[in-house]
Amino acid sequence: MDKLKIGTCWLDGCSGCHMSLLDMDEGIVAVLRKADIVFGPLVDAQEWPEGVDVAVIEGAVSSQDDLKLAEAARARSKVVVALGDCAVTGNVPSMRNGIPVRTLLRRVYIEGATERPGSEPPAVPTDGVPALLKHAEPLHSAIKVDVHVPGCPPRPNAILFVLSELLEGRTPDLGSKMRFG
Amino acid sequence: MTEKVKVRIDGEVIAATAGQTILEVARANGKYIPALCYMEGLSAVGACRLCMVQVAGVARLLPACTTPVQEGLAIDTTSSQLQSYRKIALELLLAERNHVCAVCVSSGHCELQTLAQEHGVTYVRYPYNYPRLTVDTTHPRYVLDHNRCILCSRCVRTCAEIEGAHVWDMAGRGIDTRLVSELKRPWGEATSCTSCGKCVQACPTGAMAEKGWAVEEMTKQRTVVSRLTSMREGQ
Repeated sequence: MDKLKIGTCWLDGCSGCHMSLLDMDEGIVAVLRKADIVFGPLVDAQEWPEGVDVAVIEGAVSSQDDLKLAEAARARSKVVVALGDCAVTGNVPSMRNGIPVRTLLRRVYIEGATERPGSEPPAVPTDGVPALLKHAEPLHSAIKVDVHVPGCPPRPNAILFVLSELLEGRTPDLGSKMRFG
Repeated sequence: MTEKVKVRIDGEVIAATAGQTILEVARANGKYIPALCYMEGLSAVGACRLCMVQVAGVARLLPACTTPVQEGLAIDTTSSQLQSYRKIALELLLAERNHVCAVCVSSGHCELQTLAQEHGVTYVRYPYNYPRLTVDTTHPRYVLDHNRCILCSRCVRTCAEIEGAHVWDMAGRGIDTRLVSELKRPWGEATSCTSCGKCVQACPTGAMAEKGWAVEEMTKQRTVVSRLTSMREGQ
């Protein structure tokens, strides 16, 4: 039997959920017996591959790039998992949502900059960085999400449970096992 | 003399005293009805809508905390319809303001967070409101974070009914309603505040907290209000 395919990515998040994913210790061996990780921060692939069985997405949808990656992952994956509070609720990245993007960028990059003698005047960077969306939104506001795994980060054994169930073809029932935060 | 009545809660016949509310009778008999604005020892206001129950023969749902029992009432507290409405109420509370558990002093000890977990809320189906709200840090010992306030008014009632100072009130209407101290003065300038801190202990979320605590560190003495009330009634 061919191995299943898992893809992971992080959008507007801190990578903590990926740390928790790696923190499942020997559990990851059991996962890798059933599936290959074909896309993710530790994998070379530059494009989200076709035919992924389980997409695990950390982080809120906050920029044009986040949106594109989330849409690609959705289009090319059977099941999408929103991993952690940022993907599920918007969490810390969404704390900027009450502030207009222009005001936010000016505050951070211009008013917040320390000018040194001889340095360029501070400016909002535009080259090589994706444009921010109006709001940092939970993943399900951008694409259809099949499984929500709250937690900041979700506990490693919860991630292992979710992946194991999905790899067995079952829908994990987290019920009241998980909480926000 | 107190009149005895019999009611049926989830099929079980229970003896109660006329004048008691459905919530009081249920809790006194070990039946759990969730609630956020209700607090033993305070008047009941029926604000949070989590304690809604179905009474046979009544077309609409009734809040258990403000509905007195009557002879022969048949009450359902656990139907799947109620569960689904309670879940909706919790999700709407979470969507209304900025409840970011990951950075909250009360995470792990928060009644809203716990109820969401108990009701299987793994995400919020409604669009978030993202209001821009203030944090009042003017009081030397306590802090009020409007982002986490669910307008349950436990603090208002604790201050008015237990402490007798009535520092807190609600201003505005609907989604613009805000908790205010002393007609919109900053908390630190509210001269009627005795700094007793009972409002902080009564608050179900991290909206009111003692200063100086980090994430997950603010635990509250939930029984302080009911203890004071029962001691006063015993006098």
